[in-house]
Amino acid sequence: MSDLEAFRVETRAWLEANCPPEMREPVRDDDDACWGGRNFKFKNPAQKLWLETMAARGWTVPDWPKAYGGGGLSAEETKILRSEMAKLGCRPPLMSFGIWMLGPALLKFGTEEQKLHYLPQIARGEIRWCQGYSEPGSGSDLVSLQTFGEDKGDHWVVNGQKIWTSYADKADWIFCLVRTDKTNKYQGISFLLFDMTTPGVSTKPILLISGSSPFCETFFDNVKVPKHQIVGELNRGWDVAKYLLGHEREMISGGGLGEGLASLGAAFPDAAANEPVLRAEMAMFDVETIAFRAHSERFMDEWKTGRAHPAYSNLMKYVGTELNKKRHELVMAAGGSDALEWESARSKGGAKPRTWLRTKANSIEGGTSEVMLNVVAKRILDMPGA
Amino acid sequence: MALYLSDDQAMLKDTVAPFLAENAPVKHLRTLRDGKDAAGLSRDLWKQFAELGFTGILVPEADGGLGLGHVEAGIVLEEIGRNLTPSPFLTTAVAAVDALKAGGADLRAQWFPRILAGDAIIALAIDEGAKHRPASTAMAAERSGNGFKLSGKKQFVLNGHIADMLLVSARTGGSAGEEAGITLFAVPRTAVGISVDVDRLVDSSLSARVTFDGVQVDADAVVGEIDAGWGPLTRLLDAGRLGASAEMLGVGGGAMDMTFGYLKQRKQFGRLIGEFQSLQHRAAHLYGEMEGARSIVIKAQHLLDDGDPRAELFVAAAKAKTGKSCNLAVREGVQMHGGIGMTDEYDIGLYMKRDRALNEFFGDSYFHADRVARMNGY
Ligand SMILES: Cc1cc2nc3c(=O)[nH]c(=O)nc-3n(C[C@H](O)[C@H](O)[C@H](O)COP(=O)(O)OP(=O)(O)OC[C@H]3O[C@@H](n4cnc5c(N)ncnc54)[C@H](O)[C@@H]3O)c2cc1C
Ligand SMILES: Cc1cc2nc3c(=O)[nH]c(=O)nc-3n(C[C@H](O)[C@H](O)[C@H](O)COP(=O)(O)OP(=O)(O)OC[C@H]3O[C@@H](n4cnc5c(N)ncnc54)[C@H](O)[C@@H]3O)c2cc1C
Repeated sequence: MSDLEAFRVETRAWLEANCPPEMREPVRDDDDACWGGRNFKFKNPAQKLWLETMAARGWTVPDWPKAYGGGGLSAEETKILRSEMAKLGCRPPLMSFGIWMLGPALLKFGTEEQKLHYLPQIARGEIRWCQGYSEPGSGSDLVSLQTFGEDKGDHWVVNGQKIWTSYADKADWIFCLVRTDKTNKYQGISFLLFDMTTPGVSTKPILLISGSSPFCETFFDNVKVPKHQIVGELNRGWDVAKYLLGHEREMISGGGLGEGLASLGAAFPDAAANEPVLRAEMAMFDVETIAFRAHSERFMDEWKTGRAHPAYSNLMKYVGTELNKKRHELVMAAGGSDALEWESARSKGGAKPRTWLRTKANSIEGGTSEVMLNVVAKRILDMPGA
Repeated sequence: MALYLSDDQAMLKDTVAPFLAENAPVKHLRTLRDGKDAAGLSRDLWKQFAELGFTGILVPEADGGLGLGHVEAGIVLEEIGRNLTPSPFLTTAVAAVDALKAGGADLRAQWFPRILAGDAIIALAIDEGAKHRPASTAMAAERSGNGFKLSGKKQFVLNGHIADMLLVSARTGGSAGEEAGITLFAVPRTAVGISVDVDRLVDSSLSARVTFDGVQVDADAVVGEIDAGWGPLTRLLDAGRLGASAEMLGVGGGAMDMTFGYLKQRKQFGRLIGEFQSLQHRAAHLYGEMEGARSIVIKAQHLLDDGDPRAELFVAAAKAKTGKSCNLAVREGVQMHGGIGMTDEYDIGLYMKRDRALNEFFGDSYFHADRVARMNGY
């Protein structure tokens, strides 16, 4: 038996022995997931146990180095772990912007001290992070952002406003883009980390069309940020931000497609049997789903070994999010009038229409589809023009 | 296994790509077409394929071949697609070889050496109507003497007019629509009672309508088991479908690259047309569709090579997806070339024609999406 085969066998046995049955059900929605953080209330003891067991093994972040709370696994081993978890239906033990976004950026740009300080906390789910990029006037054109940090020697004083900050009201810390030089557009932005309880930070929720409101406007009024809380060099935060966005896109692109090859038609046998045109669309959609899963797998294999084009995550984000939107259009069509129920016990509080509406943001958040296509055309296809 | 080419596979690609670009570029197709070549392909080129070992890629080592897999066969097919090379590679070295692996020792001894030497061309006589529907085979194979007597008609038999052997599906039992009762036969094309009517198709390939008028074959012409031909037929079809998908990656990819090159060179309104966002977005979208197709093809190749039970589902998905993506590539190709794309002189139209034929070969996207739905239980 090869080392990898042995690893697979051991891993499966370990997961079978350690993953509580409650944690082998698909995550229903954001509220059902484990987000960790200072104020997080576990839904049940199994959720807490699963997080702690996995964190102790470094498997909340299997491919991070052990010194930073990771599992020290190779890319191949990580892939095996993921596939074994998927086979047994194990939930991710932790949902975390720290893992998906900030962590990789710290691994690449952080000082050794920062890595040793922040990464293990992220791995154990002790600090919940939010992302302060967008501003009312700066969405797609992010680099036009205006939030300003004034240099006060050993600290900055930050003033400005962010918008669309997901979970700002629940987060413990924020990673934030702040202008530190007004004369230079790209090389005048710094990447700062600070505690959301710092005096001067306030948030105000934004209600979405899905009826939920995990998003906020975030205001900074003379917020004091110590100098050692900068990631990367002064005024070079754009490099960190871009790198992090690559990981964000990787995460969003895979979002919500469900486990394995989850077939739409199989989920709605009645509609499939009686609505031939809808059945045909569902069949085509199943084809797209299978192809996209293979595409994601191939992208991961190429990304992890440095074969993928650096801008390829933009393509995956575009393809994955458009597909997910399409899926939920079909879910609504297949569900018929049942899927319209917004406040009812039968519909689990309107999960279907709410999810359908929420997915519309997939092709906006983390950069819009149009912007993704611009990047692919310019950077990968090398199309001419500004 | 990771979904990119291994070092050995990348080396094979580095051999195949320049070989085909040099020896069988689109000009090769034009020469055969314009000269109304009766064979429709070059036997010399087929010999060269053999000399380079390509024809033995899927032939087991025990039978003298290289014993490689569908990833490797796909590498050759993609370049065939990219160059629009007329070649019996897909039917002979891929589909027929995979079916013959299920054949008896005699059949193997008879055909594998000739395939390896580039001496044999094998054609597939499966379809009986204008659409691919292998289970509805009606052609009769009645027991007669020590073998069978075949009567019926087949169409879309590519290279059927020059083939040395035809792999024929016929009914020894059951009735049209059933998988059971079908038997697969290896029939020499020159057998008494076979008549061939050849047509030139839209992509300049030559395809036959074959009539079997009481064609007598021995029992050892049966590939696999009597009444259970669905097994080897499925192998043949899976290999052929996935091979056609790989070839479409080349056709779509070739059309796409040509088009992107054109966008970077054609000026209108005082600008390169590649500067217009409406075209950039469509180009990027097309690229994504072709990349998705590439991913499902290589995934399906791995599964088929591993004998994984999911292979059939993935092959169906691959043919459906690649069919859609390649079709988009050629349609966008002609459109983005503007008027020049409509001219015979320009190659892009040839890509559009080959796409149409390959999409139809072994079942189109709709056929395969329907199979995916059935395999998924609806
Ligand atoms: C649910 C949700 C969660 C979010 N979470 C966060 C978060 O946690 N932190 C954070 O910082 N931000 C977050 N965002 C913000 C998100 O990143 C922005 O909404 C996004 O970048 C788009 O910016 P915008 O909304 O200002 O749209 P605009 O930039 O105003 O775009 C409007 C339209 O114009 C198009 N457009 C703009 N520029 C171009 C161009 N050059 N070419 C072609 N078309 C163009 C866009 O594609 C879009 O269709 C979130 C957004 C949503 C909806
Ligand atoms: C069958 C046929 C018959 C014809 N008959 C006649 C005739 O009788 N008399 C005559 O005078 N002409 C005729 N034409 C020419 C026809 O009008 C032109 O082909 C057409 O106007 C397009 O120009 P083009 O071919 O130079 O393409 P181009 O202008 O080079 O366009 C190439 C591609 O770029 C796109 N493109 C160009 N500019 C932009 C832009 N600003 N924004 C976005 N996309 C852009 C186009 O849509 C196209 O997809 C005929 C053409 C054909 C194919």
